[in-house]
Amino acid sequence: MKKNILKRGLLFLLGTCVILGFSGCAGTGDTADSSAAPSSAASAKLSGNISLTGSTSMEKMVNALAEGFMEANTGVKVNAEFVGSSAGIEALVAGNCDIGNASRELKDSEKSSGAVENIMAIDGIAMVVNKANTVTDLTKDQLIGIYTGTIKNWSEVGGNDTAIVVVGREAGSGTRGAFEEILGIEDKCSYANELDSTGAAMAKVASTEGAIAYVSLDILDDTVTAVTLDGVEATPENIKAGNYFLSRPFVMATKGEISAQSELVQAFFDYVESAEGQKIIEDVGLILPN
Amino acid sequence: MMNTRKNTSIIRNSQTKALVETIAQIIFTVCAVVAVLAVFSITLYMFLQGTPAFAQVGIREILFHSVWAPTAQTPSYGILYIILTSIIGTAAAVLIGVPIGVLTAVFLAEVAPRKLAAFVRPAIDLLAGIPSVIYGLLGIMILNPLMYRLEQIIFADSETHQFTGGANLISAVLVLVIMILPTVINISQSSLQAVQKDLKDASYGLGASQIQTIFRVQIPAAKSGIISAVVLGVGRAIGEAMAISLVSGSSVNFPLPFNSVRFLTTAIVSEMGYAADTHRMVLFSIGLVLFVFIMLINTLLTKILKGAPQDA
Repeated sequence: MKKNILKRGLLFLLGTCVILGFSGCAGTGDTADSSAAPSSAASAKLSGNISLTGSTSMEKMVNALAEGFMEANTGVKVNAEFVGSSAGIEALVAGNCDIGNASRELKDSEKSSGAVENIMAIDGIAMVVNKANTVTDLTKDQLIGIYTGTIKNWSEVGGNDTAIVVVGREAGSGTRGAFEEILGIEDKCSYANELDSTGAAMAKVASTEGAIAYVSLDILDDTVTAVTLDGVEATPENIKAGNYFLSRPFVMATKGEISAQSELVQAFFDYVESAEGQKIIEDVGLILPN
Repeated sequence: MMNTRKNTSIIRNSQTKALVETIAQIIFTVCAVVAVLAVFSITLYMFLQGTPAFAQVGIREILFHSVWAPTAQTPSYGILYIILTSIIGTAAAVLIGVPIGVLTAVFLAEVAPRKLAAFVRPAIDLLAGIPSVIYGLLGIMILNPLMYRLEQIIFADSETHQFTGGANLISAVLVLVIMILPTVINISQSSLQAVQKDLKDASYGLGASQIQTIFRVQIPAAKSGIISAVVLGVGRAIGEAMAISLVSGSSVNFPLPFNSVRFLTTAIVSEMGYAADTHRMVLFSIGLVLFVFIMLINTLLTKILKGAPQDA
C-alpha cells in the first residue's frame, strides 16, 4: 500500500513536470530579446544607444559583435534590425540609424548621398563536387546554367557523362541567399536536394558522384573537391584581392567618415577592429578584409 | 489467507485509512486533469499559432497551390505537393508495411518453431528501440547509393528527369516501412495470442487446416488489435521527421517515386532554423495541417475499420 502511494506520488510529480514542460514550450518563440538589459552597476564610462539597420545576411555577425560590445561596455545598448541592405542604407541616409548594414558594395547613388562604405568582413562561398568528378573549373555562366537547370550533364562542361545532382540549402539559409544573389538567380534555382545544413550538403557531395553544392568557405575539407571559378581558387587571399566572384563584402556604412561619428559609434568600430572583434568575425565563418 | 491480510491491514491503518483514500482520490483526479489539459492546451496552441497565416496568406493559397518559394521576392506558400507527399508516402509505407508486419506476427505467434521465435522476438523489440535518426543514417549509407544506381540505369536517356542522387520518395517509403514494422508486429502478435484457445480448437475440430484456421478464425478474432496496430503504424509513419529528412532530398516536388520530395514534417524541421515573419507563421500552419491530419486519420480509421460488422 505504501509503495503504491509512493508510486502515485512519483507519477504525479512526473505529470507536473510534463505540464511545466508544455507551458515552457507554450511561451512565444521570441527568445532573442532576452540579451538586453545589462546590469546597471557598471564601471564603463560609455553609455547610450547605437542602432544598426540593414542586411539580413549579416544578422549572425552583427548580433555576435553587438553582444560582445555590450558585454565589454555594460552601459551601452546596441539595437540591431535586419530589414535588407537597401532599406538599411536608406535608413542611414535618412538619419534613422547610426550604422547601415549592406551585404554588397554600395551603389554610387548611395555614396553620393553621404553613405561611406566600411568593409568589415567578406563572405565567401566555395563550390564543391565529388572526388571522382574530373571537372575542376567552372565559369559563372556554367554555374548559372547548372543551378537553373539548363545544364544537366557534366559532359556539357567538360566532364564525364554523369547527370548533375544539384544540391543546395533550404529557403532562408544565408549561404543560399548569398549564392543566388551573387549569381543573380534568386528564386530561379531548381534543386534536386535542399538540405538543412552545410554538413549534410558536404556529405551528400562526398557520397554522390554527380553532385555539386555550395558551402561556406571555412568548412572545406578533403572529402570533396573545391572547383576553381573562372580559374581562381577559393582562398581567402584571392577573395580579399577580389578575383573570386562568389564572394561579397559585408559593409557597415556610416553617414560621413567614421572619425566624424559620435564617440560611441567610434568605440563600436574600435571594438570591431580589435583582436576580440576580429576573432568574432572569423568565428562566424567570415574573412577579414585586411 | 487473503482475508487475514486484509483484516490486519485495516486494523493497522484504521486511523489513516480515510486520509489515504482522500489523498489517492485527489492524486488520481489531478493526473487525469493533467492529461486532459495537455491535450486541450496543445490543440488550442496549434490553432492559435497556425491560423494567422491562413488569414494572412489565404487558405487556398496555402493548401491548394503547388509552388513553395517562401523567400522569393513575391513569396508563394503553396504546400499542395507537400501534403500529397505525406499522404502518398504514408499510404505506400502502410500498404507495404502492414501485410509484412501482420504476416510476421502470424508467423511468430502460430507458425514459428519455439526456438526461432524466441530469437526473432527480441530482435524485433530491439528494432523498435532504435532511434529514428539511425534509420536515416542507414538510409543515406545503403538506400541512397542503391537508388542512385537504379536512377542512373532507369533515367539514362531521360531529358527531363532531375537527378537526385538517390534521395527520393522510394527511399523515404522504405525507411518508413522498416520503422512501422515493430509497432505493427508487436501489437498484432499480442492480439493474435490473446485469441481464445477454444476458437482454434473448435476450428481444428471441424477439420480446418492450420492456414485456414489462421486466416478464417484467428485473424478475424484478433481484428480489433490488428486495427490498432495499423492506426499506430499510420501515426508513426505520418509523424516521422528525422529519418526521412535525411533520405528524401527535401525538395518540393510532385511525389513520383524517383523525385526528391518533402513531407509535412520535414517541411517544418528543415526551415524552422532561419524562417522569419510570414514564412515562420506558415510553418506553424503546416504543423496545424499535420495535427489535423493525424486527428482525422486516427478517428476515421478507428471508426471505419472498427465500425464494420463484427461477425466474421
